[in-house]
Amino acid sequence: MSILGASASQLLAALTSGELSAVALATACLDRIEQLDGTIGAFLHVDRKGALEQAALIDQRRRAGQPVGKLAGLPVAVKDVVCTRGLPTTCASRSLENFRPPYDADVTRRLREADAVILGKTNMDEFAMGSSTENSAFKITRNPWDTTRTPGGSSGGSAAAVAAGLAPLAIGSDTGGSIRQPAAFCGVVGMKPTYGRVSRYGLVAFASSLDQLGPFASDVAGAAALLEVMAGHDPRDSTSVDRPVPDYRSTLEQPLSGLRVGVAPEHFAAGLDEEVASAVHAAADIYRSLGARIVDVALPHSKYGVAAYYLIAPSEAASNLARYDGVHYGHRAASFDGLIDMYATSRGEGFGPEVKRRIMLGNYALSAGYYDAYYLKALKVRRLIRQDFDRAFETCDVLLSPVAPTPAFKVGELVDDPLAMYLSDIYTLSANLAGLPGISLPGGFSQRGLPIGIQLVGPPFGEETLLRAARMFERETPWHTKRPALAVAR
Amino acid sequence: MTARLTRDEVAKVALLGRLKLSADELEQMTAQLDRVLEYVDILNEVDTESIEPLAHPIELSNVFRDDIEQPCLSREEALANAPKTDGRCFVVPAILDGN
Repeated sequence: MSILGASASQLLAALTSGELSAVALATACLDRIEQLDGTIGAFLHVDRKGALEQAALIDQRRRAGQPVGKLAGLPVAVKDVVCTRGLPTTCASRSLENFRPPYDADVTRRLREADAVILGKTNMDEFAMGSSTENSAFKITRNPWDTTRTPGGSSGGSAAAVAAGLAPLAIGSDTGGSIRQPAAFCGVVGMKPTYGRVSRYGLVAFASSLDQLGPFASDVAGAAALLEVMAGHDPRDSTSVDRPVPDYRSTLEQPLSGLRVGVAPEHFAAGLDEEVASAVHAAADIYRSLGARIVDVALPHSKYGVAAYYLIAPSEAASNLARYDGVHYGHRAASFDGLIDMYATSRGEGFGPEVKRRIMLGNYALSAGYYDAYYLKALKVRRLIRQDFDRAFETCDVLLSPVAPTPAFKVGELVDDPLAMYLSDIYTLSANLAGLPGISLPGGFSQRGLPIGIQLVGPPFGEETLLRAARMFERETPWHTKRPALAVAR
Repeated sequence: MTARLTRDEVAKVALLGRLKLSADELEQMTAQLDRVLEYVDILNEVDTESIEPLAHPIELSNVFRDDIEQPCLSREEALANAPKTDGRCFVVPAILDGN
């Protein structure tokens, strides 16, 4: 079989039947990384030795007829915001440039138990703050569909790795859209689960009430398979919810009869690229043709989402990033005068401009005299945003919307205009504020050949419904089978 | 449009956050933050009089576990990433005067 362009499910079938060995597959991915990643820049660290060792062990166990995990032999790329014991975990920041965690994140443990083969750590915006991966302290990542453009962010490396066929599966994190938006820009599937569905233990914290880890894959089945492995209660994360994880793969092919797809007119206001709007309308037509009903829903507070998010997230970030003080780990300045100066100099040297901006914004919004007007106000608006969704889900099962206002933008285009960059998160961040699950799937291409994503958002713990609804659309469309030119066999 | 944020305020907030900023950074940061704060003023349009803040999407409370010792990091592991260590502790600049 051709490994290139194969989906995770196809690869897993070939691995299970013995047609393909884990070593052959890992080698193929590692070789492609060597060939292509100089151009793409998806990886910060590749663990060739570790991956091949792991793959060899899995092949051995399989041949001996011993039980193997659910993802046995499948290569996975992991965003560098996730702790992987003994491997660098830099969060794309100079402040953690030499940090090797002494423990695995819960999702890392789950990947290992599932016998996935961890290829390496992927590039991202520093501390997950950004929408283009241009805020990485180390390198930029390029969109495999057009290398003059960004892959989106902050999980740009993971999205690009899957799009370019460097890895069939990847893990990202999503605080305001950081899985869904790069998935849309790179033409792959990316999902943010319900808050609490996946443990945050070992996920380097950006905004604790918004962060969630989730899967990237080339198709819905791959995302479902990876989500199944990632999800579940973890006593080490007190915000992780104790709820059984459904067998997402087993119901995936069952369409939802009587599906009501909600569409909010608020989402089609000025600023939305015409081609993106067309793709979303075309998706609605496909659902109609499958017997679904398209229902108008109102999300009157959606226009306040960006403002609320860009007060809440930086406030939580300012608190979470206070730990990077050069004391126990991370960068400590070479020269300073006393303890406070050690903190200030180490942090000043270790953090990039966007991180500093958000820490400043957060501390300002939380400071005495401003707390009520900014942070508390934003939290109240957050409840109104959540109530809008609760009301909407009384009349629909899933919400259909754009993922981003435009397809992928050029490298350098928005990096000097923080506010413009923030505004581009408008369709994704409400789901984080409300704690809801959302999936981005390939929904078409622009005239220029750039991927356009469509988004489905569901009620809390509605992942099964989301995945089935997503699969209904995917079955009728060719978008998930397309591959960028540079990923096609040479 | 009057700027709401002064360089002095920004410098004060930088101190609160233990962030050393260069003069250029301070200048740029003041302008950029001011734009964002101007934008977020839109929240004042919303009537939140009777609305409770939503700090957290799932509103769990009192998630406890039994106070039983669990395996933890060894000293070696805990010190492995230390910028400065004497093998037993993290070494930091003196905080207290005298001996």
